[in-house]
Amino acid sequence: MKEVVHISGARSAGPDLPELLDRVARGDQDAFSSLYDAVGGPVLGLVRTVVRDPAQSEEVAQEVLVDVWRTAARYRRDRGSVMNWVLTLAHRRAVDRVRSAQAATEREHKAALLEQTPAFDDVTEQVESRLEREQVRRCLRTLTELQRQSVTLAYYRGMTYREVAELLAVPLGTVKTRLRDGLIRLRDCLGVAG
Amino acid sequence: MSIADLHTLTGAYALHALSDEERAEFERHLADCESCAQEVRELTATASRLGLAVTVTPPVELKAAVLRRIAVVRQDSPHPPAAPGATSSRLRRARWSHFALAACLAAAAGLGGVAVWQHQQADSAQQRADTAQRQSQQLAEVLAAPDAKAATGSLKGGATGTLVVSHSKNQAVFVAAGLPRPPTGKVYQLWFDDAGSMRPAGLMNPARSTEAVLLSGPVGQASGMGITVEPAGGSPAPTSAPLAVMSFATA
Repeated sequence: MKEVVHISGARSAGPDLPELLDRVARGDQDAFSSLYDAVGGPVLGLVRTVVRDPAQSEEVAQEVLVDVWRTAARYRRDRGSVMNWVLTLAHRRAVDRVRSAQAATEREHKAALLEQTPAFDDVTEQVESRLEREQVRRCLRTLTELQRQSVTLAYYRGMTYREVAELLAVPLGTVKTRLRDGLIRLRDCLGVAG
Repeated sequence: MSIADLHTLTGAYALHALSDEERAEFERHLADCESCAQEVRELTATASRLGLAVTVTPPVELKAAVLRRIAVVRQDSPHPPAAPGATSSRLRRARWSHFALAACLAAAAGLGGVAVWQHQQADSAQQRADTAQRQSQQLAEVLAAPDAKAATGSLKGGATGTLVVSHSKNQAVFVAAGLPRPPTGKVYQLWFDDAGSMRPAGLMNPARSTEAVLLSGPVGQASGMGITVEPAGGSPAPTSAPLAVMSFATA
């Protein structure tokens, strides 16, 4: 099984993640350690972007990675890449954390929320992730302002589309379609296959 | 919601931007709509690219902590719930946990108290598991474990809490009923009691007075659980006196 499932732009070297995950599913802790090396940075980066608080982010990232270990046998290749599976888990967990905190406390100031594009400033030395970041940033620029704001508020801030609509003062239906149109445009720009 | 409306939700769904109820409705639609499922797969993969773009270099301690934790976490069996669409089973279970709670509470209340409940556990465990499995496999796995033990206690203000532990699963579930809303800006946080030292075990949803929560993290050597009121988002260590400390049932 040498199918390359990196969803990142660089498709050359790098471990065979489905193969590693197969071994993880059979309880192989060394394989998990290698898998961690591939997904740990993306998981923490995403969780930190959504959750913000460093200590909580690390806690959520740990939960996600333990989930990967626990549920490895449930990964299905026909549903997408390993990285996609892991980051979907991570995003869901991060969003859950943000929403449970949010119910009790008024979230950050509107102005702070509106600077919705993440800092992109946490420098990683890997060329691969730098390329990925530049490509995503370039593609985000091809969206309309409303598409880009809607997608980034939902994804990077963990907001529901209702919250996005409220914050941007646009109708619900508009946000729904902008989220879809925006992602479709990103998909085409990034060349993502299903 | 009309079919056309549902179809436009693929983007919001892929971004986890739906409420629990809408998510459930959309997933039912997804089961019968192959083109939506395909679109959801593509848009979910696209969203992950946004995630990948914010990669950081994690601190080395994170890896050490994760490797320590997985060494004591039992892995799930492979059979996936028959789930169309692109989400993993884990997400599905997370979404259903509130419903599982209702089932669990109904079972506890219907049987008129803990002593009876424990007594009947053998008879009803399978039946409860059948219901709950569709709803919350993870909670169900703990509740239906052959070695699952329940203990119930009173919390302040007339609330009750039931604590179910399975040492074979190395997991515990806390079911609270009638909890008063926490003060604004506060949440209920759960803790494992490791010989008097409190280890974070997750937060409760402050909007719900009744909830079943799978304690996050392994039971390990913990002898029980505590619940405290903490600032929103939770604390690394308790900052207030516990509302209740409960021991795991042993018999």
